[in-house]
Amino acid sequence: MLDYMGIINLNEREDNIKGLTGHRPLAAVPIAGRYRMIDFALSNLVNAGVQNISIFTQNKYRSLLDHLGTGKAWDLDRKNDGLFIMNPMYDYYNLGIYRGDIENFKCHMDYLNFSKQNNVIITPSNMICNLDYWEAIKQHNETGADITIIYKKADNCTVDFQYCNTLEMDEYGRVERIDINFGNENECNVSMDMYIMKKSLFLDIVNSCVSTGYCDYFREAVYKYLHKLKIFGYGFKGYLACINSAYSYYKTSMQLLNMDISKELFFKNGLIYTKVKDEPPTKYKENARVINSLVANGCTIDGQVENSILFRSVKIKKGAVVKDSIIMQNCSIEEESRVINAILDKSVRVSKGKRIIGYADNPEIIEKKAVI
Amino acid sequence: MKKKEWIAMILAGGQGSRLTLLTKKIAKPAVYFGGKYRIIDFVLSNCSNSGIDTVGVLTQYQPLVLNSYIGIGSPWDLDRKKGGVTLLPPYVNERGGEWYKGTANAIYQNINFVDEYDPDYVVVLSGDHIYKMDYSKMLDYHKETSAEATIAVIEVPWEETCRFGIMNTGPDGRIEEFAEKPRNSKSNLASMGIYIFNWDILKKYLVEDEADPESSNDFGKNIIPKMLNSGIRLFAYPFDGYWKDVGTIESLWEANMDLLKEDNRLNLFDPKWKIYSVNAIKPPHFAGATADIKCSMVGEGCVIHGEVRNSVLFPGVYIGKDTKVIDTVVMPKVMIGENVVVERAIIGLESVINNGCRIGDSTSGSITLIGEYEQLPQGTVYI
Repeated sequence: MLDYMGIINLNEREDNIKGLTGHRPLAAVPIAGRYRMIDFALSNLVNAGVQNISIFTQNKYRSLLDHLGTGKAWDLDRKNDGLFIMNPMYDYYNLGIYRGDIENFKCHMDYLNFSKQNNVIITPSNMICNLDYWEAIKQHNETGADITIIYKKADNCTVDFQYCNTLEMDEYGRVERIDINFGNENECNVSMDMYIMKKSLFLDIVNSCVSTGYCDYFREAVYKYLHKLKIFGYGFKGYLACINSAYSYYKTSMQLLNMDISKELFFKNGLIYTKVKDEPPTKYKENARVINSLVANGCTIDGQVENSILFRSVKIKKGAVVKDSIIMQNCSIEEESRVINAILDKSVRVSKGKRIIGYADNPEIIEKKAVI
Repeated sequence: MKKKEWIAMILAGGQGSRLTLLTKKIAKPAVYFGGKYRIIDFVLSNCSNSGIDTVGVLTQYQPLVLNSYIGIGSPWDLDRKKGGVTLLPPYVNERGGEWYKGTANAIYQNINFVDEYDPDYVVVLSGDHIYKMDYSKMLDYHKETSAEATIAVIEVPWEETCRFGIMNTGPDGRIEEFAEKPRNSKSNLASMGIYIFNWDILKKYLVEDEADPESSNDFGKNIIPKMLNSGIRLFAYPFDGYWKDVGTIESLWEANMDLLKEDNRLNLFDPKWKIYSVNAIKPPHFAGATADIKCSMVGEGCVIHGEVRNSVLFPGVYIGKDTKVIDTVVMPKVMIGENVVVERAIIGLESVINNGCRIGDSTSGSITLIGEYEQLPQGTVYI
């Protein structure tokens, strides 16, 4: 059995994607027609055989809990191990002030101590990819690294992966520098914020941060230990998207209309699991005209849809036109209306004849349950 | 075991021999329907939605797929601590054992299973039918009329009465006469094969029927006529929704096509009465730049580059460029290449139809059937 536990650390920046994270964490943002962001991180771990997975949340976690349930959809409703959700503990002493993920790890130290596995994989939820951890673990064992950070060598860093950490490595792959991508250079090694290490080391880092007050964030701790520990990079070769802004969300979604990318993302090293909704197949009516689009189950389409993603149970009425847009679950686009370059959150109704038109580099985001 | 007010017994052992190639390896209730489902999903979802939490599924013919499909019943919310779904194949005991000889014998052999829950009422259902029905309303009717047995009936066209078991009822709904496939019928109320019995009465009749060597141990042929003759209070419960027994390739095709009609009465989109199913783990379907889909139902994971008209596509179907799929039911994971024309056909699970094939005939009245896992080489013409 794989001697690894998985930690999904939801300590993620949401300030550039506020339109979609007002009432949900980034991890619970709907994506790709029927998934939530966290499905990728969860499925990658499950597909690698990790059976003990904990999710360290920040706040606004109601919709995330609803999505995860008992973990059954990911086969994580287990007698031994399975899925654990670690919400921040607010108590009298910290006055409800969030002090970074280190504090959250500290509060749940019992769980970390009691877990049987001797190694840990830490991952965020906003790195969208289909990744085989076995390859990374293999390299981790071969190099004898204390920590292996998974990164992706990208050639579009001036536009994508803004504010992600970047790594600089020596010829043996040892990490020498950690920086932030401000978009100055095209080529960069984007840190995927995925760490592989011994659990004992992870606990040491957390404990020493807590006792010295040296660092509040795990990322910060790794940075500070850079020259004390043997930290190596593992280069991931597949498709990667980092979703940390409304623009990157929109751009990534549109990339999924490329079947080569979709195929890799949904099938390559294992399937991506999500909560099932028991919707019927989508119904195309006689005026339907749908091209270059991803369409989930339960939709009823009688209008025109182009270069778009329709989530479950979307209704497109006769004469409506949807172009270059993302339409989330339960939206209704009524007769003769137009939606272009827009992201419609769940249950939005665009009434008859109305128009929502955004820009390709700045899509219009419509709030959940809005009536236009 | 805690007493249950009612439990359901689903007869799912039928072969469905007239579905030919589609039931070679699976029982009829496991046949695919409606772009996502297997036929038995309907009756299981009806049970679950009606509040029945204990269901016995009687299997016999080719049960492998059915067994693994139903599993512990979680997709239908029937994985319960007390009750839930139980698969009941024929078994041997100290006196030997035998196959289920008929529908009544199947229940007879499982009297112990039913007795364990000590129910007041037993609902006997068929796993072969497509319909949505609230059995709790039928049970209310059963109680209101103080019936000892209630049979759900549906009006059928007069010219088709000779295909059904027909009930003649009095003004109060009490069944006065029962005729199995009559030539001249006095009524057009056909039995839907849905029964509610008081368990004590049914048990008595099952035991008696078993003792009768002449009996073919069938509900329609033996049990119901015997009950009627001895003055048991039998009532007909009228149902006027969509109901279909998909016994043949033609009726299976027709039932799929019914879903595409504007005024179709089997609403799969009703959030209050969902039809549950084992969901495919696939991304949304993709309509490519050359896709043209109209009047159709499309499941998840399909990739479509061609023209689709009036068809039902199950999950994971691929349709290539310049291909036309018209009036056709395409079962899961079928690959259809480029430049293919398919009309009025049913294509079985995971078949591969290579470029340039011609399948089916729009002018013919019959339906062209391609079986499961077939490989049609390039340019095949099959009508």
